[in-house]
Amino acid sequence: MSSGGFPIGSEDTTRIGAEHVDREARRLLSDASDSSDGRLGSPVPPVRTIVLDREPVPVRPVPEREAVRRSLAAAGPQRLQVSNLSVAYGAKLAVKSVSLSIHEGEVLALIGPSGCGKTSLLRTLNRLTELTPGSARSGEILLDGTDIHEIEDTVLRSRVAMVFQQPNPFPMSIFDNVAFALREQARKRPRRKELEPQVLDALRRAGLHDEVAEDLHKPALRLSGGQQQRLCIARAIASRPEVLLMDEPCSALDPISTGVIEELIHELRRDLAVVIVTHNLAQARRVADKVAFMYLGDLIEYGTAEEVFEAPRATRTRDYVMGTFG
Amino acid sequence: MIKRALQPWPDSRAERTLGAASLLVGVCVVGMLVFVAVQAWPMFQHQGLSWLGSGGNVDSQLGNLEHAGAHPSASGYYLRAWPLIYGTLLTTGIALALALPTALLSSIFIVEFAPAFLRRVMIPVIRLLASVPSVIYGLIGILVLVPFVGNDLITASEKTSVQNVVELTGAGLGVAALVLAVMITPIMVALITDALNTVPRAWREGAVALGLNPLRATLAVSVRAIRPAIVAAAVLATARALGEAVMLYMVAGSVGFAPKPVDGVTFFFEPLKTLASSIVESAEGLGAPALHAAAYAFALLLLFSAFTLSLAGYLVKLPLRKYEVRA
Amino acid sequence: MSATAGTGLIAGRQPRRHGKRSSLRTWRWVDRLVFLGAWAAGLGLCLIAAGIVVYLAVRGIQYLKPSMLVSRPQAATSQAGSGGFLDPIEGTALLTAIGVVLALPLSIATAVWIVEYGRPSWLARVVESTIEIVAGTPDILIAVFGLALFQLHLMAPFSATGEGGGVVGRSFIAAGAMMSLIALPPIFTATRDGLQAVPRHMREAAFALGKTRIATIRRVLIPRVRANIATGVTLGVSRIIGDTAIVLLVLGGTLHIETQSSTPVLGLLRGTGSTLTSYVFDNSPAGEGEAPQKAYAAAFVLLILILLLNAVVNRIGKGNAHTITGAYV
Repeated sequence: MSSGGFPIGSEDTTRIGAEHVDREARRLLSDASDSSDGRLGSPVPPVRTIVLDREPVPVRPVPEREAVRRSLAAAGPQRLQVSNLSVAYGAKLAVKSVSLSIHEGEVLALIGPSGCGKTSLLRTLNRLTELTPGSARSGEILLDGTDIHEIEDTVLRSRVAMVFQQPNPFPMSIFDNVAFALREQARKRPRRKELEPQVLDALRRAGLHDEVAEDLHKPALRLSGGQQQRLCIARAIASRPEVLLMDEPCSALDPISTGVIEELIHELRRDLAVVIVTHNLAQARRVADKVAFMYLGDLIEYGTAEEVFEAPRATRTRDYVMGTFG
Repeated sequence: MIKRALQPWPDSRAERTLGAASLLVGVCVVGMLVFVAVQAWPMFQHQGLSWLGSGGNVDSQLGNLEHAGAHPSASGYYLRAWPLIYGTLLTTGIALALALPTALLSSIFIVEFAPAFLRRVMIPVIRLLASVPSVIYGLIGILVLVPFVGNDLITASEKTSVQNVVELTGAGLGVAALVLAVMITPIMVALITDALNTVPRAWREGAVALGLNPLRATLAVSVRAIRPAIVAAAVLATARALGEAVMLYMVAGSVGFAPKPVDGVTFFFEPLKTLASSIVESAEGLGAPALHAAAYAFALLLLFSAFTLSLAGYLVKLPLRKYEVRA
Repeated sequence: MSATAGTGLIAGRQPRRHGKRSSLRTWRWVDRLVFLGAWAAGLGLCLIAAGIVVYLAVRGIQYLKPSMLVSRPQAATSQAGSGGFLDPIEGTALLTAIGVVLALPLSIATAVWIVEYGRPSWLARVVESTIEIVAGTPDILIAVFGLALFQLHLMAPFSATGEGGGVVGRSFIAAGAMMSLIALPPIFTATRDGLQAVPRHMREAAFALGKTRIATIRRVLIPRVRANIATGVTLGVSRIIGDTAIVLLVLGGTLHIETQSSTPVLGLLRGTGSTLTSYVFDNSPAGEGEAPQKAYAAAFVLLILILLLNAVVNRIGKGNAHTITGAYV
């Protein structure tokens, strides 16, 4: 879509913008040098053309990503069904009667301004809100047809995994971090040899294997921020959960790490359902298949990424994605 | 000159004065070590290191030292103090073995299971237990526990089984180690609980999100993360146990006997003496040079072991630090 | 939940707080053991503390008569005639006073120097390490050191001189000096932590107004850390009152306070006496007198003093009072 004549999101924007500035500057200066009463003072400094040293590298060239997305055909089976969910902390209602559907093979992005309830909604999906005293919920959440409140919380969290905003690897070695959940959930303590293939597989799927394969015994806290977050992802997916919840996973990371993790999400989507909370609209555009826009606890709009970003039905959605408010 | 001192001081003078005061404190500590070593020197001079060994009845040896006169010869310093060292090691070891798990479990209780009102109660409780003077622990020990053990727990046959060697009165290893354990537990509980509370919540939340129940999350992540603090707590507690003199003097039996584990249950009823309690015992007779040197030799040994403990604790913590956050 | 009433909750369904949780039944047996052990340990410690206080209170009320607090002890064969323990109480008070008077300026000076100046830095580290060492030294070793120190001929003015010419080395001033050593670490640590917690802008504001550093310290910083200093002093006093080893070795336990010469203050300082702790010790079966009743009475008074001091610390404890160690290690 275009607005004001400039194609949004195109790599040509920078070049066109630079040329525009150049043209305008030359025009101004030719006007100035034509005047003879010296209003601008005597020697006019030469105009310098602003040239970028290199083009910014996009996450993935847009046409290629669209092709990949279309190749994945329809979304897989439904994993989570949320019906009329309300979450309250004490007397304050954080989520008001939200209904959603989360499918395998799809990335659902929860967007909205701060305090709109998207994190509360996410944390209810694996019952982490129960850690907060005074929380209560009503409504229904079904995981593969079973109410999640009928499943034991430890079992639920092994099927619905979560990655947090700040990377939080444990103060142990890389191997022990990834093997953590595997060790704890097994009935009998498994030996290291049995765990190794699963750990390596998880690291591979998290895109970290090549970087740390030699150093599995080293402390996890020595990794860089982006690596730590990928380690947390590896740790979360080691026990093959059905759903992966991500709470603003890239907000604490630099752009290159962000790009790497967004790539990862594309890959992970094949085996899991992914729900990602993000306040970065551009990221939601790049990554999401379905988008849910929330505002002050209400679900305002829910549809595919194209629908919500290009043709939103609600005025508030349009205002938010256009950046009228943040 | 007084007038000059009363006017506002310039900073340089203040700094030097304060620095000198601080230096005074440092000098005192070094002086302490030197002094004790100097007083203990005669024992090493006349007996070398053999006084650390065993042989004979250490009580009568100490008595001989007391009566050895003003200028004793080398043989006047004869001492084989191994039973005292053994007694110190026994009481400290058993007390630590009792206290460390108790302290760890109590800390987990405070952090994990205690309902809010109990948690508020436990903090003054721990502080109270830590500040009760050792003489009160000793009093309750000697007036309550020792008669209880002596009359109700020790059987007549146990008494006769060792009556040729030593008399079982109830004051002995068991009561001593038990009371000592109660004395050193609060320090460890305080240190471990505070360490547990400083573990970042993100770690525990991450563990819960991975499907662990809250206790497992605390054990597998928080407790594991504070291992250096646990070591530090154990070192502090051991140093305290080594130096406990008054309570042990009241409760351990004051007989320079080395309890034998082969005696079975009676092992816990046998009396003993420790290095620190011997120093208290010899407080009256410290005028006699031989006994004087012996008591200071014990003190030097205790100082030396306290330093070694700190060093050992530091070394044990080193590899554990590898996995911690570099602040 | 009236706030949620009008938002279309499913009729008849109450908001739930918790779903099904993993319970004791599903835990590993290790976890169940830890659960039981933790409860046992926690409750056990509470019971022990309660037991000590209750037992001493019972015995104390049984044996303590108010007259004991104000009458002097007498050597007597029976418990009824042996009087009270006013002298030990005075002894405790005197030692505490000497200890605090000596320790307070020294601790504050050292803490101020370390936090505000601290140059050269190796010296600062050494000083802090030595204070830690003193804090960790058992009181019997400090007693032993004190005795050795004050038995030097150099220190003869501080105590009595025996017949053979040897310095006795036991006096109130000697014991008081050692008490100051054990009170020094708590006061130092509390003051240092308090000073470190004062935000920088306070100092910078004072400098900007043209005050010298020492004036800032005297007039701005120290008043601000008054509560920390008070906490430290209370902890130090608690340690002094409860100490027995130093008293037994360095105070020369006489039943009454005996002054050394006729000069008023100096005679008292060079004299000997006893304290509550040594009184309890002497009257127990471990000491000379077989007077358990008096021992219980004195122990009860001692415990009440400790409880009062603890209560003061719990009230005014600044800074780290929410932690357990911050207020007493």
